[in-house]
Amino acid sequence: MGALLAELPALPLHTAGKYVAAAYVVAFAIVLIYVAIMGIRLSRIERELGELLQLTESSPEAPAERERESTPAYPMKGHT
Amino acid sequence: MYGKGLRALSIATVAAMALALALVFFYAPLEAEQGFLQKIFYLHVPLAIVALCGFVLGGLLAIQHLRTREARWDMRSYVAIHMSLIFAVATLITGSIWAKGSWGHWWVWSEPTLVSFLIVFLLYATYQPLRFAIEDPERQSRYASVFAVTAGAFVPLNFIAVRLSTAYLHPRVLGSTSNLPGPMALTFVVSLAAMALLFATLCKYELTAKHTRAQVRALRRRLTGETGAPIRRRSAAPSLQPTAASAGSATGSGA
Repeated sequence: MGALLAELPALPLHTAGKYVAAAYVVAFAIVLIYVAIMGIRLSRIERELGELLQLTESSPEAPAERERESTPAYPMKGHT
Repeated sequence: MYGKGLRALSIATVAAMALALALVFFYAPLEAEQGFLQKIFYLHVPLAIVALCGFVLGGLLAIQHLRTREARWDMRSYVAIHMSLIFAVATLITGSIWAKGSWGHWWVWSEPTLVSFLIVFLLYATYQPLRFAIEDPERQSRYASVFAVTAGAFVPLNFIAVRLSTAYLHPRVLGSTSNLPGPMALTFVVSLAAMALLFATLCKYELTAKHTRAQVRALRRRLTGETGAPIRRRSAAPSLQPTAASAGSATGSGA
């Protein structure tokens, strides 16, 4: 690793390096903050979906409604 | 469906950003006058260009909204302006850091480019408060679109006005791209493309998140048996009502 670093072009970090580093760190920090906010939103949506799933499982009408939807309103020919 | 192609776009963005960074630090030569400090320009200038183009794009999408009155165009315009504001904040901060390193001051009020960009930023900073101030969603989207069109037209006018000014303290990058040495020009173009891809990816993420949230809300209303118009809290974000098909299946193709 040390040999690899020695081969890399020398960056003049002692002069303007701190400003360049600060600019790039700030820009990527802004993107990271945005991604973190998106992550929080995603977890909220996941929680809401979990609540809705619980709602569908606990609802007493849900199975009957599903059965009614799957049963035709009029008996088909040949069925009694 | 807003999420379509999001994975490919994200991968392309990461690859382009990695390539741009590699070119900036290991390929582009040091500039004669500014030396290593000039590396900030491969970040700062693409950020500024993409932010300004995003503002104009927001105006164009707002025109489409005013023509069709479809909520999805208002949402796209809102997201473009929202994302451009974030990019504009990054532009102002990186520009100030460069100014401190180059001129010894964080901000120079006599420099027209800096001040004009700040004016554009402050103009668009009023966009979300404007939306938040209007409770009626229909009026909110209409007024916001009018604002986006007007402000979007102001951006190129502002750009031209600055170009015509005589005080050229701020380095010109766009006007002198043809004079840049080949490696520098290539690095700049790749950085600009990477930044544009980042903008497109973040916009797509935002649109997908908002559309998904709208679908979840529609599903909740359906399951809880709420009838009539949904109760809407005051918000700056446009309300994106899912289509009947997407509300019914909760997996619909959406806007």
